[in-house]
Amino acid sequence: MENKEKKGILHWMRLLFGSPVGAVGFITLLLVILASLFAGQLSPYDLAKQNLLDKLMPPAWCEDGTMAHLLGTDSLGRDVLTRCLYGARISLVVGVCSVAVAGAIGTVLGLLSGYYGGWVDSLIMRIADAFHAIPRILLAMVVLFVMGPSVFTLIMVIGVTNWVTYARMIRSEVLTIKEKEYIKASRTIGAADWEIILRHVLPNVAAQFIVVSTISVASSIIIEATMSFLGLGIQPPTVSWGVMLADGRNYLATNWWVCTFPGVAITVTVMGIMFLGNWLRDVLDPRNQGIR
Amino acid sequence: MGRYIGKRILQIIPVLFIISFIVFFLVRLSGDPVNTMLPPEATPADRAEMRTALGLDKPLLEQYGIFLNDVAHGRFGTSLRYGQEATEVVLEKLPATLQLASISLVVSTILGIVLGVICARAKDTAFDILFSSLSVVGQAMPSFWIGIMLILLFGVNLKWLPVSGPGTWKNLVMPVATLSIVTSAQVIPLVRSSMLEIMHEDYIRTARSKGLKERLVIYKHAFKNALIPVVTIMALQVPGLIGGSLITETVFSWPGLGQLMVQCINGKDMCVVQACVVFISLITIVANLAADIIYALIDPRIRY
Repeated sequence: MENKEKKGILHWMRLLFGSPVGAVGFITLLLVILASLFAGQLSPYDLAKQNLLDKLMPPAWCEDGTMAHLLGTDSLGRDVLTRCLYGARISLVVGVCSVAVAGAIGTVLGLLSGYYGGWVDSLIMRIADAFHAIPRILLAMVVLFVMGPSVFTLIMVIGVTNWVTYARMIRSEVLTIKEKEYIKASRTIGAADWEIILRHVLPNVAAQFIVVSTISVASSIIIEATMSFLGLGIQPPTVSWGVMLADGRNYLATNWWVCTFPGVAITVTVMGIMFLGNWLRDVLDPRNQGIR
Repeated sequence: MGRYIGKRILQIIPVLFIISFIVFFLVRLSGDPVNTMLPPEATPADRAEMRTALGLDKPLLEQYGIFLNDVAHGRFGTSLRYGQEATEVVLEKLPATLQLASISLVVSTILGIVLGVICARAKDTAFDILFSSLSVVGQAMPSFWIGIMLILLFGVNLKWLPVSGPGTWKNLVMPVATLSIVTSAQVIPLVRSSMLEIMHEDYIRTARSKGLKERLVIYKHAFKNALIPVVTIMALQVPGLIGGSLITETVFSWPGLGQLMVQCINGKDMCVVQACVVFISLITIVANLAADIIYALIDPRIRY
């Protein structure tokens, strides 16, 4: 058994590193996760410590830049690189947790909708249409304003505005396999609904679920940054890339680095996740083989 | 066809109800509106009077009924900030947002289709790899940051374009570019894969094997069919495009709904926020309806 498992991991690793897209995505994401975990060890600076004597220092390769602050400092003399490293924590946590929320809500509603049909289906699908009609960013803005900004609210909002994708995906899968012979067979031998769902429906959507989730983490990270940029998400002194950009925007005309590097951090992270997602889609979905 | 359109329009009604429900309860959740409207030193008697005047002492469902009736008549209440009916405030700012979003939709449709088709045609060449990668980069960047970077490059360093506010066509260039980059980055890969999928179809092989010129095969047989999913793809971009323009407006101080929303959220001007959400949702619903109808019109396989 253990041997088989090992072979499985080896097989996946071979697949992963056989594809440039998958390898780049995986390594990028791994580096971001490690950087966020070991931010305290990687940087000699205290996250919150201000040093007004060293404020707005340019990156090391510019004139007046020092090696002490590789990516320069912000308006309060805090090291930009250090803050970028710590900022990854919030982004990753909010991204992953909000997708878990969206996946949970969407799975339950999609299963109900597809499995039971009838008015339950109509109701859930109309609610999905309504959520689809309100731009995610707009709904997130309003809810965050109403509930007040906090990490928990942010996760919930980004999750709740994203359940529709999951619900529709699961529903359509349920509808396709509901009429299959093996489902009828399990029902004939007296399998309970939950048993059928657990054994036959969910395994069928697992691959698609993983792909959608990966891409969703990427879009959730962008929404988190956007909300924090607007002042509705993460609040200072907690550091997030969006917060750094909101602050750096005031120094745009004179100090370009303050609002450049947090954006680069977002782009690199999201790209890594998207590469990984694209690779997963190609590997997990046999229908994509020819199109790639 | 007429029946299909009628059915689609009827389907909108429950959606509108759900949206109004969301909008109504979101605002009720935000706490007592009396607190934001009256100064802190107001007496309890003043508060009670205000509550009666606003109808806040009635049961919640009755309040929702009154709200629905008001909304159906275009009344969202008087804006605290502008002292005007919220609908009027929103309608005043709406054209600026529509201008920005529609120009960006046109630009990104053209860019998305042209680059997507070329990428599919030139699959695995340097051009394809370049633009396929650029579209991943474009999707990975938050729209507001693209805006900031454009300002940094063209506004601050090169001084070619004005950085904020309305004005001449020059003021439109950067906001439109921001939105178009984000949107066409989503569209290019979709058009590309839709085109590639069609190139695998049997009728393309037939067209080729009967000796048609490659150009004819591409433009007459493949492209026309690839356009069908593109209509849906573009309609799917509309909510994102409008959401994106809300953010882009705040970056470029463009006087549209996005700027209005942020100002009213900060100023706790709830009725304007409600009106914004309802109007923006309406636009999205209409755009999706239009896409479904166009889809039914251009795809001969769909007959209702």
